[in-house]
Amino acid sequence: MTDKFDDLDALKAALRAATPAPDPAKKAANLRVAEENFTRAQESTDAARLTSDRPETKGFMRGVMSMLKSISMKGALTATTSLAAIGLIVLVVAPENKGLLAPPATFEPIVSTDQDTSQRTQAEPVVEQEIAADEEDAKKEVQPSSNANAPSQTLSLADATSESAQPGIFIEEPIMAEPVARESASIGGFAAAAPSATRERRVEGFTADAIAPQPEENTEAFSNEETSPLQITSENPVSTFSIDVDTASYSVVRSSLMNGYLPDPDSVRVEEMVNYFPYAYADPEGDVPFNQTVTVLPTPWNEGTKLVHIGIQGQLPEAEERPPLNLVFLIDTSGSMNQPDKLPLLIQSFRLMLTELRPEDQVAIVTYAGSAGQVLEPTPASERATIMEALNNLSAGGSTAGQAGLQQAYAVAEGMSKDGEVGRVILATDGDFNVGIYDPDELKTYIEDKRDSGTYLSVLGFGRGNLDDATMQALAQNGNGQAAYIDTLSEAQKVMVDQLSGALFPIANDVKIQVEFNPAQIAEYRLIGYETRALRREDFNNDAVDAGEIGAGHSVTAIYEVTPVGSDAVLTDALRYAPEPETNGTAELGFLKLRYKTPGEDVSHLIETPIQQDLGIVSEDILFASAIAGFGQLLRNSTYLGDWTYTDAIALASGARGDDSFGYRSEAVTLMRLAETLSSK
Amino acid sequence: MPCVIPNVMRMKTSDEALAVAAAGGDSSAFSLLVERHYDRLFGFAFRLTGSRADAEDLTQDICAALPVKLNGFRGAARFTTWLYRVTVNAAHDRRRRMASHARAADGWGDWEVNRRAENNEAKQNLDWLTHTMATLPPDLRDTVALILGEELTQSDAADVLGISEGTVAWRMSEVKKHLRRIHEKEAQS
Repeated sequence: MTDKFDDLDALKAALRAATPAPDPAKKAANLRVAEENFTRAQESTDAARLTSDRPETKGFMRGVMSMLKSISMKGALTATTSLAAIGLIVLVVAPENKGLLAPPATFEPIVSTDQDTSQRTQAEPVVEQEIAADEEDAKKEVQPSSNANAPSQTLSLADATSESAQPGIFIEEPIMAEPVARESASIGGFAAAAPSATRERRVEGFTADAIAPQPEENTEAFSNEETSPLQITSENPVSTFSIDVDTASYSVVRSSLMNGYLPDPDSVRVEEMVNYFPYAYADPEGDVPFNQTVTVLPTPWNEGTKLVHIGIQGQLPEAEERPPLNLVFLIDTSGSMNQPDKLPLLIQSFRLMLTELRPEDQVAIVTYAGSAGQVLEPTPASERATIMEALNNLSAGGSTAGQAGLQQAYAVAEGMSKDGEVGRVILATDGDFNVGIYDPDELKTYIEDKRDSGTYLSVLGFGRGNLDDATMQALAQNGNGQAAYIDTLSEAQKVMVDQLSGALFPIANDVKIQVEFNPAQIAEYRLIGYETRALRREDFNNDAVDAGEIGAGHSVTAIYEVTPVGSDAVLTDALRYAPEPETNGTAELGFLKLRYKTPGEDVSHLIETPIQQDLGIVSEDILFASAIAGFGQLLRNSTYLGDWTYTDAIALASGARGDDSFGYRSEAVTLMRLAETLSSK
Repeated sequence: MPCVIPNVMRMKTSDEALAVAAAGGDSSAFSLLVERHYDRLFGFAFRLTGSRADAEDLTQDICAALPVKLNGFRGAARFTTWLYRVTVNAAHDRRRRMASHARAADGWGDWEVNRRAENNEAKQNLDWLTHTMATLPPDLRDTVALILGEELTQSDAADVLGISEGTVAWRMSEVKKHLRRIHEKEAQS
């Protein structure tokens, strides 16, 4: 038996050993915040005096979700009818965003505990306990003697929080009252500062992976290229690229920001951020699978240029008409998946997806870790209990053998698909592909062959730290599938429920875009994003060259920034010895060509349309897409934005949120705010 | 206008004097004070929360709020005691606010626990400290962080927590019992 005393000592030793040293960068930042707030506190002690005589409900209604706020003790305790309040950092997550940040399916609205409620009762003289404890001396000086006095303090506190918020940090008007606002008001102290969002996904206290302070080596690899350079129309009038319907980059950006740091610029693919959002472009008419809308609008960040916005809307076939699905879940159960935001989230995600499947759809599950194995035989989706049981029995352990699993999954998928049915492998991993085919090209070739034989591959990424974004991209691109990164259950809802048909039913394959700009009208142009999707000019007409797919109901957006001839914003000088650009007398800005293949066909169709001056009606969708394009470029530290800032992006995006029935756009605005704060450090 | 005392001249000035000066508006005193205690603050935050990220959030919250909090410091208590108290309170606030999120994540938590129970290998790898701290009730955990982590006396810890010395002693004996139970379980399995 161990001596009791020894045990305490062991605990003490372990506890002290486990304590990490503070991060110097964070320390510096925190010290700076403290100093700034100190200065601000000194200023506002004199400045912000608020009266408490406003209606009681007002402060309550204007409460904010979470905030860091304080109250000047001197003021509060010496003044009877007024008090000086010093607002500090107020981060507000608008309630409508709340559901997005946290998994909605299991998310419970924040309700106060009984204890809180009693604290909050208006009749009680609520003097903050903490303050009382901190402030014994002051209490002796001035007792909050009457009941009349005390409630007014509480009231003022709530008022003060919304009134006295200082400029410079986040302030947003609350949309609706939330109990939480009162909660933090009555607690009177440390509500959330900036990276509060990180809490959304964190379980309190000593969770499984918590105490051994992570620094697992970060092995993330992101796929990106240099920002597409400015092109001079007279030298290089033709721009060619493949569409991109992936959304992984946006989720990665969100996950970074929510964890309180700016994303790696390489992880930002602007087109994926833009394409994350559903837009309601004009639906196609007739037999064509999609419709393209071209709009020319002023550039938000540059008065001298224009944006050419190309919106492509895929048709949405009736859900009942879709062929049965044959899905093979290929699930990474390696040891690294053993984290709450990996395997458990994955299982919950697939659970969500099951509700979207029809009885005639079939599901099989293959796992890979050490040895690959089929966990679930092909099972009709109607047998949900069987599928759920198989999912629930998954557990993580062992190393990863990605390729063996891949081969088995394809074998299963091929066995399931009858002629004309969609077969698809859905690979879910945190990024490990370290066993099997080492050569990425070989792996790609393998997936390409399988794609051509009719089985597609989609990739879902989970968790951070190990995410091999580059491989994910490569596999999904070659597998005619989508790469998505699932960081929350709400993202799973978006990818696997709301947009399931888009993800699983391509309506047009190998969609390529080529724009020829008119040198007589456009001096310079650049494509925003799509760096990883650039094609050679001759690839456009070469049907053997693979390109992106459009899924049912998907919309795809591409934006060019163009500089008209003669604009002040032209960055390059005309050449002395070059001939004047010839013009055929047209006022067209350019000519848009699209190529696509109907699924199952090998020969592409061509769509052509001229880009006219001042074309189209600028909708909220288009403005929002522009705001996101600007946001993405800010995150990439683009040099083309001049003095355009996050604040401008926020203003533009906020005004263009539209219906936003899923709340995606509000969430984006929240992310912009986070980025603004993080970048100002 | 009060004369600004350069910080190099007050490396030996007591925390309490600095805090009072800071409360009176002396920003360099404030900076020196925060710098002096930052590491301790972070370490304590970690011992309270058990996660680096949480500790960082907590430390940031406190740093941001400290200027105003400090107005409440009158020099009656030791500054470190006061700071521990502020930290413990802030940690409580966080816990309370996160309780709902924790509930939302219960499913995963349960899943984790069940899976752990089944998976012998993982069980063996389970960090003893994590397990011990995670299974302690929050108030015992706070007490452990103060007594074992910060090496406070029982009397000081009682001061920080606003409870009697006897309660601290009782809590530590509860912790010992808890450790013994864990130990016995380990011995059995």
